[in-house]
Amino acid sequence: MLARKKQTIIAALGVTFGIGAYIIMMSFMSGLNDLLDNLILNRTPHIHLFNEVKPTKKQPIDFDSNYNLTLKNISSIKPKKQQIKIHNAIPIIDYLNSSKKVKSITPQVKAQAFYLGGSSQLNGILTGVIIQQEVAQYHLNDYIFEGNSMDLQQNEKGIILGVGVANKLSLKMGDNIQIGTLRGEIFPLKIIGLFQSGMTEVDNLQSYVNLRTAQRIMGETNDYITDILIKLHTMKNAPVVARELEEKFNVSALDIQTSNAQFDTGTFVRNLISYAVSVALLIVAGFGIYNILNMLIYEKMNDIAILKATGFSSGDVRWIFISQAIIIGIIGGILGIILGYFVSLLIDRTPFTSHAIPNVDTYPVNYDIKFYIVGICFAFIATYFAGYFPSQKAGKMDPVDIIRGQ
Amino acid sequence: MSLLQAKSISKSFHIPVETEILKNISLELNTGEFVSIMGKSGCGKSTLLYILSTMDTDYTGELYFENQLITGQKSGVLSRIRNEKIGFVFQFHYLLTEFSVLENVMLPAKKLGKKSIQEIKEDALTKLKILDMEDQAFKKTNRLSGGQKQRVAIARALINNPSIIMGDEPTGNLDSKNADTVFNIFKELSEKENLSLLIVTHDEDFAKKTDRIIHMEDGNIVQ
Repeated sequence: MLARKKQTIIAALGVTFGIGAYIIMMSFMSGLNDLLDNLILNRTPHIHLFNEVKPTKKQPIDFDSNYNLTLKNISSIKPKKQQIKIHNAIPIIDYLNSSKKVKSITPQVKAQAFYLGGSSQLNGILTGVIIQQEVAQYHLNDYIFEGNSMDLQQNEKGIILGVGVANKLSLKMGDNIQIGTLRGEIFPLKIIGLFQSGMTEVDNLQSYVNLRTAQRIMGETNDYITDILIKLHTMKNAPVVARELEEKFNVSALDIQTSNAQFDTGTFVRNLISYAVSVALLIVAGFGIYNILNMLIYEKMNDIAILKATGFSSGDVRWIFISQAIIIGIIGGILGIILGYFVSLLIDRTPFTSHAIPNVDTYPVNYDIKFYIVGICFAFIATYFAGYFPSQKAGKMDPVDIIRGQ
Repeated sequence: MSLLQAKSISKSFHIPVETEILKNISLELNTGEFVSIMGKSGCGKSTLLYILSTMDTDYTGELYFENQLITGQKSGVLSRIRNEKIGFVFQFHYLLTEFSVLENVMLPAKKLGKKSIQEIKEDALTKLKILDMEDQAFKKTNRLSGGQKQRVAIARALINNPSIIMGDEPTGNLDSKNADTVFNIFKELSEKENLSLLIVTHDEDFAKKTDRIIHMEDGNIVQ
């Protein structure tokens, strides 16, 4: 029964393209997803500790037990004057350093400032960083397209400027820039690098300076830390650890799951779409096999009749058709995997430049073995079912009817 | 010894209209007997053959094969009986075109699975030799002439050393020379191997040379 070469090849090709398309689709989509996810994940800490300015929870009236049972109504509560810095930054860092769950701690100083260029002033945020930690944990180097980030470590007069700011003030590498502080002081800094994050609002606002420089701009001492970025060993734990820290140190802790809820949803929906399309492709391939096997039965009616007449049971005939389908499925599936892999390689080498994502120059592809396994399994299952119904039909065929029909 | 016994077998077709095609047929076939069934088209002779061959199970009455009740057995049992005890030769040869002559002949024996592939191959070559076809053994079946194909089909029917050969107009498609050859082969098998043969035919000359002729008319046996 193995002779209908042409049809068998066509059926196998149906599977090949189905599986191939599935793998290409999944590799490409998830590659793209990973890229976009990493765009956020790479630069987002698992937990972000900061001091949030908010009204005191327990107002003075709450301390007076006389009013415990009455309805208290205080209008226009305002937050009291308080510092932006994390008031107990050093003990927090010490504690985190000793915690086993924590992978890295990156202190930052965020400083409001103005970029001064000629007569124009631009609002900005200077982030004082320990540059080698930022590079190691948050892939800062991926976004710095001019200059060497490590220069910032030694140079307290250096700044890595967002490309949006640089363009607006028509500044380039090596130029000097004036930074105006909220208190009216002016700091001249030298541009030792430019970065492009892919998010315009960040590029238009953000720039990086040495931690010490930022502290000086704020007119503060060495223990002035406004933000602590934490990476954990397992990202899943972030909300729990964040609550813990919040309680323990009386700071605000924002975990990544809360801060990036929309990104989880986006990833989920994108995955859903690519799965739906792939499954549709595989179903089409399955129907192709079904069709061809169905036609094969009519063509092979005489053979079925004689097999049955000479003592092959319905089960034997069914098995012949099912095994044929599965052979088609396996051959097609393996070819599909090979096709998918090579097209993925091709896509991986296709140039892709985006100003939003400066560190990527070819299309992203994910070579997860999972897709290949799912692909071959699906090929197997789909062809089994595509073969199952025609084989039932072949098994039920009555040899007498066929022979009499001649 | 009674090989095949049919007791008051009746069969009706329900589609398109209720037609009684076999009416209360009883017959008996002994070992080594060469019997032909004759009758006009539509008299039910092929239908009877298919019932006797166990392929058609939709009938009333009782069928015994080697004194064992066949009626009502499961299809697996029937398949096994066909495979082991009954050889078929049809008007058309029904060889599998993808396989060589030898493979076609070997197929039922492989299904039976009583012998090793090597033994089956030797058997198949022996059978082909009886039919004077051994030199064609490794050809594809579609390169053979009609008479040769029919001889291959007979070899296939013989491979499991059945008790009976059933033929539905095995010579119907052949010229008289080839028909004679086929008849002589049958005759020889019947005499030498003590094989029973039950052949449906239109061919008067063919039928006359057999041991017994069963004439059929409108679903009845007329002697």
